[in-house]
Amino acid sequence: MEQKMIPAREPPVNSRGILGWARENLFASPSQSLVTLALLYGLYLFIPPFWQWAVMDASWTGSSRSDCTTEGACWAFVTARLDQFIYGFYPDSEIWRVNLFFAQLAVVLGWLMIPRIPGKKMALVIGLLVLPVTSWLILTGSLLGLPPVETHQWGGLMVTLVLALYGMLASLPVGVLLALGRRSSMPVVRTFCTAYIELWRGVPLITVLFMASVMLPLFVPEEIVFDKLVRAMIGIVMFQSAYMAEVVRGGLQAIPRGQVEACQSLGMGYWQSMLLVVLPQAIRLVIPGIVNTFIALFKDTSLVLVIGLFDLLSIVQAGLNDPQWLGSAVEGYLFAGFVFWLFCFGMSQYSQRLEKH
Amino acid sequence: MIRKLKKWVAPALLLAAAGAQAETSSTTLETVLSKGYLSCGVNTGLPGFATPDEKGQWSGMDVDVCRGVAAAVLGDAGKVKYIPLTAKERFTALQSGEIDMLSRNTTWTLTRDASLGLNFAGVSYYDGQGFLVKKELGVTSAKQLDGAAVCIQSGTTTELNLADYFRSNGMKYQPVVFDTSDGTAKGFDSGRCDVLTSDQSQLYALRLRLSKPDQAVVLPEIISKEPLGPLVRQGDDQWFNIVKWSLFAMINAEELGLTSANIDKSKSSTDPSVRRFLGIEGPKGKGMGLKDNWAYQVVKQVGNYGEIFERNIGESSPLKIERGLNAQWSQGGILYAPPFR
Repeated sequence: MEQKMIPAREPPVNSRGILGWARENLFASPSQSLVTLALLYGLYLFIPPFWQWAVMDASWTGSSRSDCTTEGACWAFVTARLDQFIYGFYPDSEIWRVNLFFAQLAVVLGWLMIPRIPGKKMALVIGLLVLPVTSWLILTGSLLGLPPVETHQWGGLMVTLVLALYGMLASLPVGVLLALGRRSSMPVVRTFCTAYIELWRGVPLITVLFMASVMLPLFVPEEIVFDKLVRAMIGIVMFQSAYMAEVVRGGLQAIPRGQVEACQSLGMGYWQSMLLVVLPQAIRLVIPGIVNTFIALFKDTSLVLVIGLFDLLSIVQAGLNDPQWLGSAVEGYLFAGFVFWLFCFGMSQYSQRLEKH
Repeated sequence: MIRKLKKWVAPALLLAAAGAQAETSSTTLETVLSKGYLSCGVNTGLPGFATPDEKGQWSGMDVDVCRGVAAAVLGDAGKVKYIPLTAKERFTALQSGEIDMLSRNTTWTLTRDASLGLNFAGVSYYDGQGFLVKKELGVTSAKQLDGAAVCIQSGTTTELNLADYFRSNGMKYQPVVFDTSDGTAKGFDSGRCDVLTSDQSQLYALRLRLSKPDQAVVLPEIISKEPLGPLVRQGDDQWFNIVKWSLFAMINAEELGLTSANIDKSKSSTDPSVRRFLGIEGPKGKGMGLKDNWAYQVVKQVGNYGEIFERNIGESSPLKIERGLNAQWSQGGILYAPPFR
């Protein structure tokens, strides 16, 4: 009789390592193998020419389209105008203020995202209340004694981030209030919230932006010149908060009624039971929905090009019309698309992490 | 509910009425002088007419019209705040007072002139629909295009003009329709059509997007009238005159041979028309509420019409648009400005 344990043998070669993985996942059945081969062939057709065009034959520097080769991509368009794509028409001497804005955004986001750093609540409060105020003061410079920079000089990625940031920060609380209002037992509040949500969900964002930029100025006296960026921002917040409200309401409905009743029996008031018991659970449930709305909002900011604001996409488009750079459309749009993808992908990754914790 | 509404609407109407009053109380000239800069509505990006460069400096034909007015009024062509506007916003921005003038490739038509409460202050560029053909076809006139395949952007007036033109000349054509102007250029480039039609100023820009721009030519025929010019609000005749005559100053300067380079020397000229232009004698600037040397400032800082044309869309620009209709009346064009008298 064998006294020792027989050591486990390694699995057969063809179910191990890359080979095994491929066998199991790519070539498990004849039909699967066919699909895999077809897809590989498709990639073979697409990737080498794209690589050749985008990297091998590409021109990276130059001051006009004529400096580029005709075979490859003309990334010189992007490199020459990169500053403009990021900062818009912000005066050169004041660009540090935009960088400061980016920096504090990065600090607060990092604080929130990296699990090891303590004080998440603090970070949340700073992010929601302090960051918007300081950012606005730094960028406009009106109160801090800095030279004022009007919003028509803003542009590029910075405008995209400003619109998205304020849109997100404002639409979440407004959305939560609307969702609570829609489930309220008070008829006036409920009717108002329902009407508000249905009104804003019923119109396209483009219509809202046109209203804000074309109609509004006709109704207010000439002295009150609303800033175009602020008008667009208010439009975006109004619109997105309606969507946010419905997402949050979905979460509220998932919380059993018994919990509210339990709170009441403990003597908690409405706000206490909502803030301490119901909302924390509800919001956690709808994180994917909230992030989904945030991503949609981030991409929707590019719609402001229809009202002549220079966000990232429209400043790329304006650059494309420079006679020196005519014909660089593919490169410009690829760049804009890539930047948008980076941000949206980052957001969705972060939300996945949030759900796990 | 209704009562509640009334409560809100009434003060809003009052405010609006107050705004309307304020509008009449100060003229556009006074506003511009007190602000110290001119708010000028321009295109968000149109090759040769208004584009921001890498540094964010605006340039182009339409932009130079703004600069000309700023030079005449404020004595400094740089004191312009450019408000980029889309086609839909442009008239509202002017009507609501957000901008002082609009210089955004806008075609002068009866409807726009009569029903918007705005006035066209002149023509800064005579545009019109034209044809782009491949050189190898050997075509020299649009009359030879019978049976051609024509690339065209759908849903535009160019489509209608094209149909009219071919029908009235008893010719046939085969439309190849795209929904963007970039699409038409791609279709032309890949040989799907022999001819590309669009407004002439755009044809030159589209030509640059072809793989071999020098293998295509723009035919001389223009089959529609698209006079582009700056606009101002109705009811402020002084400001209307200022914008109109700033444009006339550029055109007259070219006719008189005055350029930004030689205008300083011509101060000692004995030619009476030059002396009147410079404000040394004659009507000067009083009638318009401007300084006497306003026309000098326009030419010194921005240049005459010919210089502006050359720099932005003519031979020294990538677009290389020919003067054509936009030449002086004495050179075969229709550019004609009233005299300085």
